[in-house]
Amino acid sequence: MGPLVMGAVAYDPKVVTIWDGFREWFAGRDFAFDYVLYSNYERQVEALLAGHVDVAWNSPLAWVRAARMGRGDVRSVAMRDSDCDLTSVVVVRADSGIETVADLDGRTVAVGAVDSPQATLIPLSHLGSLGVGSGDVVVQYHDVGVGKHGDHIGGERDAARALMAGAADAACMIDGNHLLFGVEGTLPVGSTRILAQTPPYDHCNFTVATGAPAELVDRFVALLLDMSYDDPDVRPLLDLEGLKAWREGRTSGYAQLERAVEEVGFYDGAGSVTARGYRP
Amino acid sequence: MTAPAASPPVAIDLEDLGLDQGGHLLLKRALASVGVGARVEVRGRAPELAVHVRAWCRAHGHGFEWPYVVRGPAEGAPRRGAEPAGGAKTVVDRAPATWGLAARGALVEPGGPAFAFPLDEKQAVWTEAAAGIYRQAVASQWDPATAVDWDAPFELPDEVEAAVVQVMTYLVENENAALVVPARFLTRIHPHFREVVGVLAVQVADEARHVEVFTRRAELRGAPMGLSSAGGQASLLTLVEEPDFALAHFMLSVLGEGTFLSLLSFLERFAPDPVTRQVTHLALADEARHVAFGMAHLESVLASDPGLRPKLATAVHRRHDVLAHTAGLNAEVFDALVVLAAGAFTPAAIAAGFTRVQALEADMDEGRRRRLVKLGFSAEEAAELAELHTRNFM
Repeated sequence: MGPLVMGAVAYDPKVVTIWDGFREWFAGRDFAFDYVLYSNYERQVEALLAGHVDVAWNSPLAWVRAARMGRGDVRSVAMRDSDCDLTSVVVVRADSGIETVADLDGRTVAVGAVDSPQATLIPLSHLGSLGVGSGDVVVQYHDVGVGKHGDHIGGERDAARALMAGAADAACMIDGNHLLFGVEGTLPVGSTRILAQTPPYDHCNFTVATGAPAELVDRFVALLLDMSYDDPDVRPLLDLEGLKAWREGRTSGYAQLERAVEEVGFYDGAGSVTARGYRP
Repeated sequence: MTAPAASPPVAIDLEDLGLDQGGHLLLKRALASVGVGARVEVRGRAPELAVHVRAWCRAHGHGFEWPYVVRGPAEGAPRRGAEPAGGAKTVVDRAPATWGLAARGALVEPGGPAFAFPLDEKQAVWTEAAAGIYRQAVASQWDPATAVDWDAPFELPDEVEAAVVQVMTYLVENENAALVVPARFLTRIHPHFREVVGVLAVQVADEARHVEVFTRRAELRGAPMGLSSAGGQASLLTLVEEPDFALAHFMLSVLGEGTFLSLLSFLERFAPDPVTRQVTHLALADEARHVAFGMAHLESVLASDPGLRPKLATAVHRRHDVLAHTAGLNAEVFDALVVLAAGAFTPAAIAAGFTRVQALEADMDEGRRRRLVKLGFSAEEAAELAELHTRNFM
């Protein structure tokens, strides 16, 4: 029986190392597993719904689209511990004089790629909920790796650099990248101030569609949950993929992104791409 | 029966320190003091503290219940199951490939790469004398720029200067062999045996200096370099190509460099000028150390593997057979040694030089026999093997 075929997006060369490694680890447990790489999440979601792959390692935005295309008939079966409860922050220069979100009116807000949930869609929606809609500010996109849903950190780093260079008045990024950019010196310590922080939301998940072989999916999930960070064979792979443990999937953390997608019309109700100027 | 006492809650105050300024070190330290699932309260005044602690916890597998951090199970995983690479003072019989480049005594995280160090057995490489020889070697390093008085005044007849240059030309190619051979084995010995690696590394550096000073003496008066003979290079090739560490060490350090002790001592004694005297004196002290290490290594290996002794003898026979068709010592070198020791081109001086070179050859042979006997060969075997040693000296 099998193999279980998973789709993943090649946002970085390490993706091959990661999934080759997991493939070998699964094989050592008599589980036939293979993977297919896509250059962008839109094609991966379409392949999942067309039944070309059994499971897709989806970005949160890809999950939202899959849920729309599958009319709710898709499941999130597993995710990383690090996919749970992220927040994004809107950052200004400490000496900018911008004290409240309202002060951003008419100013330039640097964001990540047009399809980045964490550096564009969710923080802009959050600003809107605080009374500063995308029509009230100049949105400056940093389109690195369009189609990869912000997996590439480059867009966020470029937004942070634009902030420090004075080319933007605010920048949006994940909380963890604000910490990282401080440590690496992109945002020198003390040079920025956090103006707003979104409520927690969830990131990637393994998505399956109806028709996926249930027994294989169950075994896949059981093996994922069985991976231990104490296992020296799997630890380097977990480090590369950025997690300490896999968790069962949940869908409670995607409401903010759903709302953002709706607000900007990124997808229509059936999951067709309707975002203007989005060319994955 | 009494209920277990509840541990006092742990709190950490980072004051103004942010996680982007190293605050994670204090947080990690506090978490290390509690069990998995226990909470640490985090206090501090850095403005982004809560945002950064949330992100840090997510990345490190800890729970975030601000202002508390719940210790996750992942912390310390690389140390769990880690294996000590011997003890700081314990040399193991066989060093595993997975210890790789780790310091002796380090904790090696499992899952790392396996390094191919073919010489990984103590029995093949180790001698207890290595540490002492290494210390001595490091303490005896000299700087060619200052250890030799390159401007010392002297005048030599052209023929004698040419003889010195020919001898220097010969010494350089032999020192090149003495550099290449340990360098080749240096990369094959497991770094666990670091004293042995250290001795060989310094030995390589020694030879580089010898190449430098002999070259510099040769070039000192602008005379052209001498002849490098086919027979000499053929002899050295057999050394460079010997794949077995013990055999190569035996032929290079015990027989070759051992023979060179006599040669360098001869050159120091009969040097016609002060620079030649100084450079050969400096090299002689280094070579004596190389020979001592070669002897100590082979004595150790032979103590645990007496079967090596006939292999050493066979290697000498084989090398002799391979070189039987070659001319042996470069005739120009032999003549140069005579002229150098004569110091002048008069019949009486040449006669004296010739006698001195004959005495040198006898001294070389005697030294080889003495070292072979020390390695456990009978007097007859030692005499035979010493006789078969390459006519190139090295």
